[in-house]
Amino acid sequence: MKVNKRSIAAFGAITVLTSLALAGCAGGSSDDKSSDAGAKSGKLTVWVDAERVDALSGAAKAYEKKTGVEVDIVGKDVDTIKDDFIQQVPTGKGPDITMGAHDWLGELSTNGVVAPIELGDSSKDYLPVALQASTYDGTTYMLPYAVENIAVLRNTDIVKDPATSFDDMIAKGKAAGLAQPFVVEQGKDGNPYHLYPFQTAFGAPVFGTDDEGSYDPTDLQLGSDGGFEFANWLSAQGKAGTLNTDIDGEIAKQQFIDGKAAFWLTGPWNVGAAKDAGINLAIDQIPSPTSEVASPFAGVKGFFVSSESKNKVAANDFLVNYIGTEDVQLELFKAGNILPALTAAADTAASDPIIAGFQKVGADAVPMPAIPAMGAVWEFWGVAEAAIINGADPKATWQKLVDDVTAAIK
Amino acid sequence: MSQTTIEQEAPQAPPTKRQRQAARIAEAASGSIRWMLLKILLLAIVDAIALYAAFVLVTHQEWLVLGVVLVVAVLVNWIYFSRRRIAAKYLTPGVIFLILFQVFTLLYTGYIGFTNYGTGHNGSKDQAISSLMASAQERVEDSPTYPVTVVERLGTLGLLVTDPDDGEASVGTNDQPLQDAPDATVEGGRAVAVDGWTTLSFAQVISRSSDIEKISVPFSDDPNDGAIRTPDGQNGYLYVSTLQYDAAADTMTDTRTGTVYSDTGVGAFTAENGDQLLPGWQITVGLDNFVRAVTDSSIRGPLISVTLWTFVFALISVASTFFLGLLLALVFNNTRMRFRNGYRILLILPYAFPAFLSALVWAGMMNESFGFINQVVFGGASIPWLTDPTLAKVSVLIVNLWLGFPYMFLVCMGALQGIPDDVNEAAAMDGANPWQIFRRIKLPLLLVTVAPLLISSFAFNFNNFNLIYMLTGGGPRFTDVSIPVGHTDILISMVYKVAFTGQTRDYGLASAFTILIFIVVAVISIVSFRKTKALEELN
Repeated sequence: MKVNKRSIAAFGAITVLTSLALAGCAGGSSDDKSSDAGAKSGKLTVWVDAERVDALSGAAKAYEKKTGVEVDIVGKDVDTIKDDFIQQVPTGKGPDITMGAHDWLGELSTNGVVAPIELGDSSKDYLPVALQASTYDGTTYMLPYAVENIAVLRNTDIVKDPATSFDDMIAKGKAAGLAQPFVVEQGKDGNPYHLYPFQTAFGAPVFGTDDEGSYDPTDLQLGSDGGFEFANWLSAQGKAGTLNTDIDGEIAKQQFIDGKAAFWLTGPWNVGAAKDAGINLAIDQIPSPTSEVASPFAGVKGFFVSSESKNKVAANDFLVNYIGTEDVQLELFKAGNILPALTAAADTAASDPIIAGFQKVGADAVPMPAIPAMGAVWEFWGVAEAAIINGADPKATWQKLVDDVTAAIK
Repeated sequence: MSQTTIEQEAPQAPPTKRQRQAARIAEAASGSIRWMLLKILLLAIVDAIALYAAFVLVTHQEWLVLGVVLVVAVLVNWIYFSRRRIAAKYLTPGVIFLILFQVFTLLYTGYIGFTNYGTGHNGSKDQAISSLMASAQERVEDSPTYPVTVVERLGTLGLLVTDPDDGEASVGTNDQPLQDAPDATVEGGRAVAVDGWTTLSFAQVISRSSDIEKISVPFSDDPNDGAIRTPDGQNGYLYVSTLQYDAAADTMTDTRTGTVYSDTGVGAFTAENGDQLLPGWQITVGLDNFVRAVTDSSIRGPLISVTLWTFVFALISVASTFFLGLLLALVFNNTRMRFRNGYRILLILPYAFPAFLSALVWAGMMNESFGFINQVVFGGASIPWLTDPTLAKVSVLIVNLWLGFPYMFLVCMGALQGIPDDVNEAAAMDGANPWQIFRRIKLPLLLVTVAPLLISSFAFNFNNFNLIYMLTGGGPRFTDVSIPVGHTDILISMVYKVAFTGQTRDYGLASAFTILIFIVVAVISIVSFRKTKALEELN
């Protein structure tokens, strides 16, 4: 016998791997148990982002107790959850339900991986912006659970009163002796999401809306007169140094926490960091550079049902009749500290002044467009804004942006 | 045993067949029974797993993969139980690895390059049809919510519907429009049972999910009134369909506009005016992706400058890291140097850091107004390290030099120590100065060992996605093209941007690009390796 023991061991390990990998390819993972519901009432596999696993597991257990349907909560990485979902659903391996954001909708429905959801009479129990965001092309695809928008965080130790306008904000900060009173996340490729409230204040949304209130990709409003006014304003702010593309998310946070900036335009996800640094916070309306209201984008988070789910009945029941209840929405709120999408839960959550502040700003918010054409806008928008802030000719650069986007959408 | 038997066998007669067999068994048994047992145990584990995999595969009806698993399992058993095939015993694990992780990936990428796989062409045609049909269901405006109960009669599922306004119950199936059911049992405003029908429990409803989905009870004899469907088995809604699929003609008809969409072989239902219904499905498109990769006007422009920069980047990176590494290796190879080991450890540090992390740190240090380099080293100057096209390229090269020289340093160090000292001595005796010794003797000898590594380093840098993506993200953006590609983008990062950014993915195009890049790298490598053979002959 001249068999080398190492070769046997190696071969053993490899064959194990091979068979596992091959079995994995074919879908031997636990996800599949959901598909062969036999004598049991069935099983739902739900993908959620890793932070919210705990918040949902209580609800999952309660639901299981009530209906006998086993709910398997799988924590997934936020960055990969959408791509994994799009790739796995057509192979029949994906989950029954996934957590996601409303601006995925265009992509998910173009790929045919989501099933419509019927909220029925409960639809009027949700915040209007949440409901609007969950609907794509006239069909509802998402059960919303949270609404998120940016607002201005103010360090009340430096500036006592809220600013009445953008210029007032800068003046108040300078009066308090700050070189850079206001920070907002940018970066070398810009960050249009955070600048959008100022753009809307100039009356230039990205897309116009049709009769039903859905965004109309053929009606690009970027190139309206307001858009060019906004570009001029950006250029002026860039020269004055109030907007700076060198300030990225981390630097903005650091400036605010160090007390070098009194105003920070950001979302609820940064409140924790500011509070931890011991800063006394107030949440303000976004000060407008014009007489119009500065409306930020609203991002809505929710749950989607896979179009290939073998348990759609249970999935719909779990979402509409269970996740859509006040208790579960509040439970999810505790995990993420973002305003619940269910009106009743939102009102309860707003007993916290910070949440109430975001809710108030959110009343002016508009849903971020979920139409696929928005992808083309994102590709050029930030870079154009960054170039203008850094001194490029506002008119020509903005016109180029409009032309590029128009060409890309066509 | 008696003396005579031994004497009889002593003459070296050729052993009989049985004797040889016996000897072999004896050898195997005496060799090491433990290894034998271990072998059987390992094979048993492997077979058990293969069996499990086979079982899973049968339940999923994946016949092709099942066949592969079985063939591999049988082959593996045969090879390792066989007494010969020593070579195969060594090669099998490697070959399995090679096929699984290299050949399969390569072929699969190649295959994707010939398909339209991407956003909107993600699955099969059946999936596209069912998805289109599902999203074409539109709830009749202002229609109420009907409490429903799923009932069954003679194997046919039906819905027992309660009218929310007057509480009247009615029952119907897919083929039979709703009919009044006055004798239904009503509990809390919901009809829960009716004579002649069996009521399904919630658990039964859930376990027959796909059947429930197919229930669509016409509201009346007029199809325009819509049909009642129930998404959750408890509440029904009135829907009308805006799309109609004609299986015989393979067309989709929009019932509102009358537009007919048919399968024209482009992977989506297409109207005569070119409008497509998405989702479509995945089809093979032949060389389309390759043609697009080189002819699409929005890609072709930047493709040339990006390709040039990719070559410049890879060549300068290899050259700069190699010469810095070599220089330091020569210095630290000098035995008169003190604390050599300490310095060496310091030099290897950049190599020990994950490259993408270093790139991120460098990106932070090169920030124009807040970065360490401008703030501290240049005393507050605002040098646009990453935002000026030329400086950004220089920055990329500097950072890559910092990241890459330790590797070259290590390699050269090893190679230098492999050159015997007497060669140097002989040269020195002949009157050569240090530069001549280096130029004529050390460098050629060194190159014999290092040249293949330089080629692989070139191939690595040619596809050095991490660095570009983390440091500059390809920016600053070209201002004159309409795709999001920038001055420091190399081919692989451009592929990434063209195919994966934004909301429209195009895996087919990306695979086509990958194949083209693979061909370029392969050709360069083959040519270079031929050249290095010449170097070896010099030895």
